[in-house]
Amino acid sequence: MIFVSFVVNHYFAYFGFFAAKQFSMILTQQLILGLLVGGLYGLAAAGLSLTFGVLRVLNVAHGELLMLGGYGTFWLFTIWKVDPFASLLAVGPAMFVLGLLLYVALFQFVVRAHEEERIKNSLLIGFGLTLVLHALAIQLWTADERAVTTAYSGAALRLGPFAIPLLRLSSLLLAFALLAALHMFLAGTRWGRAIRATAEDWEAAALMGIPVGRTYLLAFALGTALAGIAGGLVSISYSISPSIGMEWTLKALIVIVLAGLGSLFGSFAGGILLGLAESMSVVFLGGPYREVVGLILFLLVLLVRPQGLFGARG
Amino acid sequence: MKLIWAGMLLAAGFAVLPAFTDRNDLLNLGVQIFLAIVLAQSWNVLGGYAGQINLGHAAFFGLGALITRTLWVGDVPLVLSLAAGALVATAFACLIGVPAFRLRGAYFAIGTLGLAEILRITVANLLPEISTISAAELASYNMLPRYYLTLALAVLCVAVVALLVPSRLGLGIRAVREDETAAEASGVSARRHKLLALAVSTAFAGLAGGAFAYYHVSYYPQHTFSPIWTFDAVLMSFVGGVGTIHGPVLGALFYVVLKETLALHWVEFHLIIFGVLFILVVLFVPGGLVEAWQRGRRLIARSRRPW
Repeated sequence: MIFVSFVVNHYFAYFGFFAAKQFSMILTQQLILGLLVGGLYGLAAAGLSLTFGVLRVLNVAHGELLMLGGYGTFWLFTIWKVDPFASLLAVGPAMFVLGLLLYVALFQFVVRAHEEERIKNSLLIGFGLTLVLHALAIQLWTADERAVTTAYSGAALRLGPFAIPLLRLSSLLLAFALLAALHMFLAGTRWGRAIRATAEDWEAAALMGIPVGRTYLLAFALGTALAGIAGGLVSISYSISPSIGMEWTLKALIVIVLAGLGSLFGSFAGGILLGLAESMSVVFLGGPYREVVGLILFLLVLLVRPQGLFGARG
Repeated sequence: MKLIWAGMLLAAGFAVLPAFTDRNDLLNLGVQIFLAIVLAQSWNVLGGYAGQINLGHAAFFGLGALITRTLWVGDVPLVLSLAAGALVATAFACLIGVPAFRLRGAYFAIGTLGLAEILRITVANLLPEISTISAAELASYNMLPRYYLTLALAVLCVAVVALLVPSRLGLGIRAVREDETAAEASGVSARRHKLLALAVSTAFAGLAGGAFAYYHVSYYPQHTFSPIWTFDAVLMSFVGGVGTIHGPVLGALFYVVLKETLALHWVEFHLIIFGVLFILVVLFVPGGLVEAWQRGRRLIARSRRPW
């Protein structure tokens, strides 16, 4: 009894004098971290929303592609000492080529089917791909957690009492720049317009002389490249292991459900929203439930608007 | 008809097997095969016959395991524990099913996937300790009752599905799969039939989980909620032949035997083989091994024709 009252008193004393300030500082620091990881969620979601919006296929192996990109950066760094940010220049194109191959080998058969069949089959194909890539990654790189650690990995920007890890900040900025570039590509170029037209109505696009098959191919490869680059950034600022694929697929899906399809900046904003929601949950519910909050948000939105957020058609 | 006889023969063969051998590894292999059959067949009821891709099957397997294990370790008779596990899994499924079936196609699949992950993470946080049976129970651990329990479960599951499918309710379930709007227009309630398929599917998933809890000496509670159970069920159903009764059984046999054979030399390698096989099946032979077999026979028959 004495012990309990001691603990309680101590607790109140602690809270009374320091807690309010301490708490708001912890919250702010967590929100900063949430903002930073949110940019990567947005980038991961942008790739998925590109393929889903244009091809109307749901590639649940998106997180596995992200994982492969992460190992690409990891390999280049550990074997050839390539700077991880520079390695993205190789990882992006390599993943683009992988995307071309995957489309030609698998997804081109899927897009021939009608809407509902297409989604279902792509889901199953993506699921099979997930298993294969996951098992292959374990064979190639073992199940250990890996991260790229450079000389400047620990650097942080100090803003008063808060620390902003430099690597994560540059990842966020890079993610934003990449999405801006992609936005300009989609808005301003011939192929970009072809992609948007196909996303809106592939039959009308085909009638206007747009090669729908090749547009699909391009959009899928771009989505894969985005996943790869996002993976590279994850391996730089966080860590990778063969089992992160499912986690990132779910994150990307959550963001798409929150933000809807069709806007790259919407994905980015949705990603940041998810990042912030997660960091709030860390403060209020504790770390272990971090992953649950996003999923619950996701289910709620799905249940409230089952037909809506994934795009009006379908 | 031939298939029914083949199935009965297979079951009888498995039933008398322990009379000829007391090798625990063989019995163990049997238990794994039977559990796989229940897992695959239970997924097949909803995924194959009702056309609802459930990527959260592990949630119901895990719930069954969790409830059964807790009760059984707490000295409740095994049968009651198993029934309670199945009941909780089904009740949870029905609770979830009413809102979840408003989600069509892909949204149902990813919604169930999300749900299973929520359960897995929550269980991992709440019950981080490994679950082990008591020393007394361990001392008297015998493979034989596990073998017969899981065999009985597999036979029961296949029999229930085989009886359900040609029945009026089974026809309704398949009608909903083919075309929900048309089924509704002919007076078949899509929601009620999907819920029925879900209830049967998750009851057997819960029983399989319960049997696993009875069979396995020690495991982390979160393990039974792991997505691998869903993956296994989907792979076995599709590779064997989704939407048929014998397909998932064949798939389960094939899967477990291949897995155990490869496990000696290459752990995890069976996933690569089965993953590739699965993709090929979805793309080119949607009926799985069953369809491949029929196609092969047709080819042979055609080549034998004199003209």
